[in-house]
Amino acid sequence: MSTNQTQIVGQSIQRKEGRDKVTGAMRYVDDLLFPEMWFGATVRSPIARGRIRSIEFTGNLPWHEFTIVTAKDISGQNCTALILDDQPCLADKFVNHAEEPVVLLAHPDKYLLEEARRAVKIDIEPLPALFTMDDALNQTEIIWGDDNVFKTFLVEKGNVDDVWASADFIVEGEYETGAQEQLYIEPNGMIAMANADDGVTVWGSLQCPYYVHKALLKLFGLPPDKVRVIQAATGGGFGGKEEYPSMIAGHAALLAWKAGKPVKLIYDRAEDMAATTKRHPSRTRHRTAVNKDGKLLAMDIEFVIDGGAYATLSSVVLSRGTIHAAGPYACDNVRVRSKAVATNHPPHGAFRGFGAPQSIFALERHLNKVAATVGLRPEELRRRNFLHEGQTTATGQVIREKLDLDGLLTRALELSDYHAKKERFAEHNATNATQKKGIGFATFLHGAGFTGSGERFLESVVGIEATATGNVCILVASTEIGQGTNTILSQIAAEALRLDYEMIELAQPDTANVPNSGPTVASRTCMIVGKLVESAALGLKQTLVQSGLLTDDYSLDEWRQACAIYIAEHGALKSFSKYEAPPNIFWNDETYQGDAYGAYAWAVYVAEVTVNLVTYETRVDDFVALQEVGKVINPVLAAGQIEGGVAQAIGYALYENVVWDNGTMRNNQMTNYIMPTSEDLPPIRVFFEENPYTYGPSGAKGIGELPMDGPAPAILNAIESAIGVRVNCIPLLPETLMKVMNA
Amino acid sequence: MTIEKITIDCTVNHTAHSIRAYPMARLLDVLREGLRLTGMKEGCGEGECGACSVLLNGELVNSCLVPVAQVSGANITTIEGIAAGDQLHAVQQSFLTHGGAQCGICTPGMVLAAISLLERNPNPTEADVRTGLAGNLCRCTGYMKIFAAVVEACQK
Ligand code: FES
Ligand code: FES
Repeated sequence: MSTNQTQIVGQSIQRKEGRDKVTGAMRYVDDLLFPEMWFGATVRSPIARGRIRSIEFTGNLPWHEFTIVTAKDISGQNCTALILDDQPCLADKFVNHAEEPVVLLAHPDKYLLEEARRAVKIDIEPLPALFTMDDALNQTEIIWGDDNVFKTFLVEKGNVDDVWASADFIVEGEYETGAQEQLYIEPNGMIAMANADDGVTVWGSLQCPYYVHKALLKLFGLPPDKVRVIQAATGGGFGGKEEYPSMIAGHAALLAWKAGKPVKLIYDRAEDMAATTKRHPSRTRHRTAVNKDGKLLAMDIEFVIDGGAYATLSSVVLSRGTIHAAGPYACDNVRVRSKAVATNHPPHGAFRGFGAPQSIFALERHLNKVAATVGLRPEELRRRNFLHEGQTTATGQVIREKLDLDGLLTRALELSDYHAKKERFAEHNATNATQKKGIGFATFLHGAGFTGSGERFLESVVGIEATATGNVCILVASTEIGQGTNTILSQIAAEALRLDYEMIELAQPDTANVPNSGPTVASRTCMIVGKLVESAALGLKQTLVQSGLLTDDYSLDEWRQACAIYIAEHGALKSFSKYEAPPNIFWNDETYQGDAYGAYAWAVYVAEVTVNLVTYETRVDDFVALQEVGKVINPVLAAGQIEGGVAQAIGYALYENVVWDNGTMRNNQMTNYIMPTSEDLPPIRVFFEENPYTYGPSGAKGIGELPMDGPAPAILNAIESAIGVRVNCIPLLPETLMKVMNA
Repeated sequence: MTIEKITIDCTVNHTAHSIRAYPMARLLDVLREGLRLTGMKEGCGEGECGACSVLLNGELVNSCLVPVAQVSGANITTIEGIAAGDQLHAVQQSFLTHGGAQCGICTPGMVLAAISLLERNPNPTEADVRTGLAGNLCRCTGYMKIFAAVVEACQK
């Protein structure tokens, strides 16, 4: 008889490391202390572009006590290795963006260190810089490559140019989104120990241990076993700790190597906001052919993002934005032309949603304009164009799952009481001159896992090991950053092995100890890594069954006994599982056609707003988030992901404005970069529909990024319904709205 | 002129301490580095995020804004002083049950803010909870699960 028949997947089991989090016992990188540890600081470029003339160490400071590192101290390649390796770890002769790191300092006294940081004077001869996408495209200066273009994509389905002449309507529109700071509450930080004998070891706040590992290998020219990366507890990432930690790890390690001491390098908030990555600003132009019944005949989309000064991840962000640009609609003729361009802003980088929030914002705003042009309600226009099973996306991917967007939309409109409210608000607005109410929605999709052939190239590996007591340890480089990795992977393993949740634990992500299960990004941890955990777990069981130590139906005691015997005989009981693409998944990197993602989550979000025409402030009064995400592994954690993402996206739509001044962020403080507080948010009401995905663990798909996509267009659609004015840029601050309304 | 360290006598988590520190040192650093109470975090260093919250004579304060000279004779409670041994405080337990902690970096401050709120107002409405926690930023949860945790904790 099996002891453990209760389902573990699908239960709101408590967060694995939750106890340490509520008691304050959890150790984040800044909480770690090493004997004889020094502190590190970064001296940065004050201007956006120029030639470094000299570096002076001024003031009455004991400079001989400091460890000072410049580009000349780099033994390997001076780059922060990622995709193109074009970003230096320390600027050498030229700087290409403000806040670019030039000199590193370390000292045991962090107060003196701060004084010293201010006393380093970098003299730079300014060069003309680019700050807009138009200037980059017009090549007013060439600042990167031959043409300021990091990457271009073309997605083509049918032929849009054949359609324009026969269309009943052609609708055009232009849409813009701003930069957004990830604003994890724990700023970036690393501690390094490094010397010729032991190599380099770093502990830090990070999402992707093997990205950091790869970067350190190149920077120091060391063999893989001489570099070790360990994730400390991480206080939020949202993409902001995907690629930038490689840079900080490099800096801490260079200092530690030269100082011969462990070095702790922690950013304060101002430095973190000014110097590290943000969401790519974007501009999207739509030209849409539609017939009088509201059928989309052709969608011509031009999508441009500002990548900042170095290539970093812009090509991949662009790819996801491009693929999501045509949304969950069936249209026979689609053309998406996209470009990531270089400017002299600090490089923009990964941020939850990864290009999709930008292009989906444009599309979902634009479709309301199309609907208005045709004379249809926005929901009716979408119903006439939704993708169905058997139809194809813009990349020609055939939808093979049961897909009922109509049903999803109907339910979301019911849950939000959309129709009744629309009527009530019309009456209200007719009599109220200053408080205008509106309701709007967006329908969208988000692909889980790496794009196209990405997962094939990653070849992720997951390990799982049993101990003699029968407890099980999951070995992955996938990190817990608040999203619930520890908990859901434990649930998946416990379910697969029919063990108690308490018997499962996760090894600390440490490249000396865990295989490369790929980066913790792209909503892939649950769906891709979770599936590998499930199969590695089954492999463990299979080993015991094949050894004759276990039958298929076993009790906890029998399991423990089997593990004990096996380990006594063989020394260890481990199983590994490596990614294999599901059958029928094909992608062509040349034509950008094929199955862009193994699975998509589908959603309809509805926002209700009040716009105050005296202050021009918009308040979101109610928010309904309905999504189909395959099987929900842990309802409380899943809802928490959606609520947090919606909150972040409400900030993106209405509050979070990066103020640029010649390429420098001027409001790099929490005082003047405004994220939502507990008083600013509406009730966020989350609903799931479950349609299990065959190749996900217990049927789960990815959800982490999805909630970032829908809120901004839903809110701007609601604002349009409240005031009858079309605004197509975010963040929509009161001052912007005032300008638009008084124009 | 050199500034001298001073001695500050205060009680932290029910234990008397005599602390040597510069008068303008931040309470945050003295507690984190001097006493190794690392539960409170530095999220901003300018009084905006509440990650550094502690209870000072029962009042919620941002320890990044408090010069240590001000705590002479004071009674300080940090997150480490909230659970009674293995026994979690009702608010901590409720955060666990309701998913009020995700990455956990805001959690120590958030738990203290909730406790301080419930002490002043044992039966808060959701609106009271929203106002009471407005000085503590959370980027992960969207606050909904935190509200649920606080409302449930006060029913205990
Ligand atoms: S660190 Fe004190 S309020 Fe943010
Ligand atoms: S749980 Fe991460 S900031 Fe609140």
